[in-house]
Amino acid sequence: MSEASRTPLIRLAKRDAMDPRKAMAIRIGSIFLALILGSIPIMLTGANPFKAYGVIVAGSLSKPIYLKQTIKIAIPLLVCSLAIAPCFKMKFWNIGAEGQVTFGAICASYFAIHLGGKVPSPVILLIMAVAAAVGGGLWGFLPGFFKARYNTNETLFTLMMNYIALGIVNWLQGGPWEGRKGTQIVPFFHKSTYLPQIFGVQCGWIIALVLVVIMHIYMTKTKHGYEVAVIGDSLNTARYAGMNVKWIMMRTMILSGAICGIAGFLILAGDNHTINNALSGGVGFTAITVSWLSQLNAFIMIAISALLAIITKGSKTLNQRLGVPSSVADIVSGILLFCMLGCEFFINYRIVFRKKSDKEVNA
Amino acid sequence: MNTLIALIAAAGTYATVLMFGTMGEIITEKSGNLNLGVEGIMYMGGILGLVAANRYEALVGEAASNGFVAIIVAILGAFLAGAVAGLIFSFITVTLRANQNVTGLALATFGTGVAKFIGEVMRNKLGGYVSVSNHLKEAFSLKFMPKFLKDIPVIGPILFNQVHFFYIGIIFAVLLTLFLNKTKAGLYLKAVGESPVTADAAGINITLYKYLATIIGGGVSAIGGMVFTMTTAGCVWIEASLSGIGWLSVALVIFCTWKPMNSLWGSLLFGSLMIMYLWLIVPGFPTEIYKILPYIVTLTVLIITSIRNSKEKQPPASLGVNYFREDR
Repeated sequence: MSEASRTPLIRLAKRDAMDPRKAMAIRIGSIFLALILGSIPIMLTGANPFKAYGVIVAGSLSKPIYLKQTIKIAIPLLVCSLAIAPCFKMKFWNIGAEGQVTFGAICASYFAIHLGGKVPSPVILLIMAVAAAVGGGLWGFLPGFFKARYNTNETLFTLMMNYIALGIVNWLQGGPWEGRKGTQIVPFFHKSTYLPQIFGVQCGWIIALVLVVIMHIYMTKTKHGYEVAVIGDSLNTARYAGMNVKWIMMRTMILSGAICGIAGFLILAGDNHTINNALSGGVGFTAITVSWLSQLNAFIMIAISALLAIITKGSKTLNQRLGVPSSVADIVSGILLFCMLGCEFFINYRIVFRKKSDKEVNA
Repeated sequence: MNTLIALIAAAGTYATVLMFGTMGEIITEKSGNLNLGVEGIMYMGGILGLVAANRYEALVGEAASNGFVAIIVAILGAFLAGAVAGLIFSFITVTLRANQNVTGLALATFGTGVAKFIGEVMRNKLGGYVSVSNHLKEAFSLKFMPKFLKDIPVIGPILFNQVHFFYIGIIFAVLLTLFLNKTKAGLYLKAVGESPVTADAAGINITLYKYLATIIGGGVSAIGGMVFTMTTAGCVWIEASLSGIGWLSVALVIFCTWKPMNSLWGSLLFGSLMIMYLWLIVPGFPTEIYKILPYIVTLTVLIITSIRNSKEKQPPASLGVNYFREDR
């Protein structure tokens, strides 16, 4: 067998670095591909996809009231994505944001229920925020501790923690915190626990944007961020350089959990005003994809969480106007994530076809 | 004691759902692919199994429809749905090399979305709700074992008073164990999951094994979703009731330490815990706590196995990590 016939017809080679403009073009192209694929289910219901996408955009952005609702969806998504970024940078697969959000919200609710109306509004809000951060941090610390100490699989650990937090909410909702017996509803909190509004939207959006800047600086300009990056690239290098890997792991998970807890506080005090099992509503899971697709870049997270919020809010309007089931939002989001995940391949790898000249040389 | 036996017996149907969900994910994870999209896969299986049976009946007419054929059609429908989901996952993670955790979560979103969407579209088309006629419903939840076996104390109600899917699950677990431990293909599959570098050097086609395991695993998990809609949910599509079963199956894989035979009693235990709140009401003890017990138990198992670091109870070594030949 000659050398040439053993060279495969198609092979892959890693690219060094792609022209950023070209890479951007591929990413935008993948979004368009997703929109085209996403129009298939829309057409199945008999609606015109162009019109449907028009309704989604108009229904999420065209009026101040729609815009406010879209921003409300985007805030916790953005905050959670920021929280996950340092973990993923460390290659610590924290998929427990959902649980950290929920447990943070549980801790904040405790104070909202017991202190609401008894102390001034700024004080109670501060207490709730701190409680949420501590609660979320604890929920992040546990998997971090076991990973650092015993190398327990963190993906599976954090996954279990989500359902434990959710179970606790279910218990509180139907037990100690239940309002009228049998309702399974925790009564609305006192008005003093409501976050103030700025431009008609809860002030959480300012907190989220401030966190974007802080997280960007933390990840790129601080010693902590550097340590996290080294551990992510090579655990052995980090150890050799004398870093306290175990402590860094736990520290990062506490930080991540605490920020998720803050997200839980923002949902609670800015929007929900009571605690129930639908509080986080999958935001912790969606945030993981947002974080990853943004390549852990805090500023790109704003764009991607906004995009997903637009689809979520817009599809509700779509349901009212054209009768397309609002579950189409999940399908379109799913396809969008698939396409954006897949397109990175074409940015990182080159497909090389066997050249004729190779044959001649080797023969 | 009698309550306990009745509880375990009643948990059988729920356990069957988990059994399939878990065994599917075990097959997938043995190849080193951590598919976190089981929730979406089981949702898709749940609706497409029902739709397949419903369409079959619409095609041949209610009178001519046969229970046995309907079951086969439902299994095939669900399997196909799960296989497609597995194919999407494999394409994105194996061929396009994307991160498995993220892809799995995207698949969970996508799958639940697809299922809810199909459910709603079918409901609108058929007016009211999607279901099958009563004699097919009976065929799906038939407990076919003879009465004298059901009457045996203790083991009778637990082992012989179950739907046929329960027995299919047991047979499948035995076959799967034999496949994984006694056949060349099974050993190759485990090699791929444990050390793809070694397997590749030995000339095993990594891509093929990963694809096949994930596709078949997805199909098997989806059958679990179908069993849920066709038995527990009474052949009616109630989208909220399926929620969380896929994640419970992922938990059960850990609890079983990746062994199909363990999934038999593991799913009975988890199934019992999930319905215990209906049976065992201790005054002052909140029933909701029962529902988090499976997760706490799983977490404990996960922690203990990692502390003891026993070789045979670990996840496949390359679980969740993609294999790039060029990266070696």
